[in-house]
Amino acid sequence: MFITLNGKQTEVDNGTTLVGLIQSKGLEPESIVVEYNYEVLPREKWDSVVLKENDNLEVLRFVGGG
Amino acid sequence: MDDKLIIGGREIISRLFIGTGKFPANRIIPDVVRMSGAQVVTVALRRIDFDSDEENMLRYIPKDCILMPNTSGARNAEEAVRIARLARASGCGNFIKIEVISDNRYLLPDNLETIKATEILVKEGFIVLPYMNPDLMDARRLKDAGAAAVMPLGAPIGTNKGLKTREMIKILIDEIDIPVIVDAGIGKPSDACEAMELGADAVLVNTAIATAGDPVVMAEAFANAVIAGRKAYLSGLGPVKEYAEASSPLTGFLR
Repeated sequence: MFITLNGKQTEVDNGTTLVGLIQSKGLEPESIVVEYNYEVLPREKWDSVVLKENDNLEVLRFVGGG
Repeated sequence: MDDKLIIGGREIISRLFIGTGKFPANRIIPDVVRMSGAQVVTVALRRIDFDSDEENMLRYIPKDCILMPNTSGARNAEEAVRIARLARASGCGNFIKIEVISDNRYLLPDNLETIKATEILVKEGFIVLPYMNPDLMDARRLKDAGAAAVMPLGAPIGTNKGLKTREMIKILIDEIDIPVIVDAGIGKPSDACEAMELGADAVLVNTAIATAGDPVVMAEAFANAVIAGRKAYLSGLGPVKEYAEASSPLTGFLR
């Protein structure tokens, strides 16, 4: 199935969890924030999210800025 | 001298705030922060690029700093609010620098959208520091909306041109009773000192430090300039006069 991940169509396996996706990308959970279908998703809720077709996921982190 | 800057209930000892963009290498940022003495440090929030090996910026910022994420990238109030909520979800606190920019050439802030975003975010419990074009009426609106400070620009972002808006900033300092923090355009320590002599409560510096030959030493130079300017302001500058007035007695020996 396909989801939109940071604006790009991305194929993921059926049944992929949000936490699973984050781990597969090698990201440290404490360094990122997630917006799931246009809502901020607090870290404590990541465990319960199983991705669905056409989900919109934004994964962000802090970078240098003024 | 009892001279405290309090923003959002936090006592802030250093009146130099620094940004973390454009440094030649992130690994020098801890030394820059240390030598600048800054407590308030800005960062930006961006989509992760899964194709490149990016670093986690937070690793380079000492834990005792107040992190102030900005809403850069936002072109209107709605986008600024979205970025602010995401930034807070990181658990880094509730300071937010609102930056709403739709003009790509001069990167000038959109005061109207900034005011709208401030109204919303203050109600949600954020400590809101809006980056703004120094207009007195808009500064009053931001204050009324509950902004914790106003951050007028000295010159367009990244230009290092200094206090081009000096007269307007002076008016804000005189008329607005929340902290005035000069943000953007400060190109050298003497600009920062000038802003502080004028009575600014703090300055936010990024490009001038990040693009210096030696950013760590420049950070220290800015720290000294900000302290000098603040002390000069507090002590009261002597009057400016049209004609000479001797500093030494002119009579009593040869005449």
